Amino acid sequence: MKYAFSKTFLALMAVGLVTVSCGQSENKPAENINEAVATANAPEEKILNIYNWSDYIAPDTIENFEKETGIKVRYDVFDSNEILHAKLIAKNTGYDIVVPSSNWAKQQIEGGLFQKLDKAKLTNWKNLDEGILKQMEGVDPGNQYLVDWMWSYNTVGINEDKVKAALGDTPMPENAWDLVFNPTYTSKLKACGITYLDTPTDVFQAALHYLNKPVFTASNDDYQAAFDMLMKVRPDIKKFNSGGQIEDLAGGNVCVAFGWAGDFNLARKRSIENKSEQKIVALVPKTGGLIFMDTMAIPADAKHPNNAHLFMNYIMQPKVTAAITNEVTYANPNKAATEFVDEEIRNNKSIYLSDEDIAKLVPAGVEGQEAKRTLTRFYTKFKSGV
Amino acid sequence: MATKQGFFSRLFDGKHAVISIPYFWFIMLAAIPILIILKISLSEMQGTSVSNMIDWSNGWPKLTLNFSSYQFIFSDSLYLKTYLSSIQYALLTTLICLVIGYPFAYFMARSPKHLQPMLLMLIMLPFWTSFLLRIYAWKTLLENNGIINNALMSLGVIDTPIAMMNTSFSLMVGMVYSYLPFMILPLYANLSKLDIRYLEAAADLGTSPFKAFWLITVPLSKAGIIAGSMLVFIPTIGEYVIPELLGGSSTLMIGRVLWNEFFSNNDWPMASAVAVVMILLILVPMAIYNKSQAEAEAK
Repeated sequence: MKYAFSKTFLALMAVGLVTVSCGQSENKPAENINEAVATANAPEEKILNIYNWSDYIAPDTIENFEKETGIKVRYDVFDSNEILHAKLIAKNTGYDIVVPSSNWAKQQIEGGLFQKLDKAKLTNWKNLDEGILKQMEGVDPGNQYLVDWMWSYNTVGINEDKVKAALGDTPMPENAWDLVFNPTYTSKLKACGITYLDTPTDVFQAALHYLNKPVFTASNDDYQAAFDMLMKVRPDIKKFNSGGQIEDLAGGNVCVAFGWAGDFNLARKRSIENKSEQKIVALVPKTGGLIFMDTMAIPADAKHPNNAHLFMNYIMQPKVTAAITNEVTYANPNKAATEFVDEEIRNNKSIYLSDEDIAKLVPAGVEGQEAKRTLTRFYTKFKSGV
Repeated sequence: MATKQGFFSRLFDGKHAVISIPYFWFIMLAAIPILIILKISLSEMQGTSVSNMIDWSNGWPKLTLNFSSYQFIFSDSLYLKTYLSSIQYALLTTLICLVIGYPFAYFMARSPKHLQPMLLMLIMLPFWTSFLLRIYAWKTLLENNGIINNALMSLGVIDTPIAMMNTSFSLMVGMVYSYLPFMILPLYANLSKLDIRYLEAAADLGTSPFKAFWLITVPLSKAGIIAGSMLVFIPTIGEYVIPELLGGSSTLMIGRVLWNEFFSNNDWPMASAVAVVMILLILVPMAIYNKSQAEAEAK
């Protein structure tokens, strides 16, 4: 009996090993074959699968593209880079266009997960803003893989009246970051509610920036210093939440948020539409916000790369991208589109930043594997106290 | 008849074919995935891919095992604390489910025979709605400006809302609510088979109903108690959705740590190692359960 068991077990092991090693040896050649097949088959089926952030498109963007080209679009949404990254690593996402933030896209480009753009098919490329393209070169040298969708920056958003009431005699700080990182202010704002993004990298990058330390190449001591600083305000933070800040601000559940400038302006727009009394403002910190660009890219194993190029070129039309900006209150990278953007948004200095504020933005970057581990560990300690 | 031929004909006869289906299932859906996780846990992360454990570049396989993930689990107190805290929440959930579920199942089994199918269906009814929706419903009930707080405030019972959401309380409510049916169903199945004549005999011999319950009903329903407890305990240890939606930011659950390793750190080997240790944690109660089942059958 014992003998039989160990034999079965060995067989099991063998089966396991064979499957595992098959999986690996298949990986690379399969990728190349897919790519070759995809480019060789010029007439693609009229299908395009897109994976984009939630709340990030105008209601008629897809509809008009389908009408124009006859291509059927399947549009799925996500709400964190982490999820998208894991899908891309696992391969065979089934998507033809994905929209990672540029700092994540950097790792994905380096990992060979995307295919190069065919610029000949992107005739509207000339509309793009040189400044944004230059910013993108930091993660995508030569702009070979990515087309920016929208961009914004991490900053502080407030409910103006509630914050003024909570602060009382204390005047507003000169540097907006003080509202979320300085205990003098947070202890007062605690009463009306402070919320943070629930993303370890975002929180620590902003904290390091506030402490004037290197944001992406921080040492263990720097992370310790950021952690010590964060722990002082920890008791004042009500909520860690990335997806619900628009709701929380517009509904008056919180009065101060560390998050995405674009979302704060969206909250502002919603509360104006709902005729609510909440006055939401995205602040531009004196020392600068942390820029992020959400970028379109074509996965290496995409089945409809031609359609993907068509869609990218469509988005780069000034009117199309301006309509998205008008809907989601995020700035687009398209210079020719600015004149089609609603005046209110175009003149909003927290969406279309002044040149001075743009110069101050902290460029996007990415931590190494070890640093990421250190900061996630500190973040868990910061959030749960263990 | 040659032995070889005998082997093949035996392999393809109906009886063996039928038995082989669950084995096939087990190998495909349990053994191989677990082996793959084990394999990843012994590898290393290289950028966006997991290192090869077996290197064929020299023409023969060279096996590289990397135990650093396991070393890390035991060197950082976070993991130990999280495992302990997960077990604690799972045990508490199991206990509360048992305390609520036992009388529930008991009275169901004692109720008139024609009512029992309906009662059984009422237990299953919540499953008709999506699990996620039911958890979200608790959110709207327990929030600061949720239904319960608003009702209490308008009745003048309280002045300021009671903070129930994102606490251990809301977490336990969600877990007990979700897993209670898994406790009740095996208990009911067990208790409804209980031979009532034992209790009658006990009463005839002068035992009080209370004493008879502890001396006869409870010991006889041991198998049901164990089955129900396992069905609650095992999934709650690794529960991710309920702590994420209802738990507080300081709630430590292994599901969240696993998510962090996998998504935030992008460290698949570490995430797999955490999962392997968790599987081991679950195997222990499973082994106890199997042993008790075998003993019960032996009787």
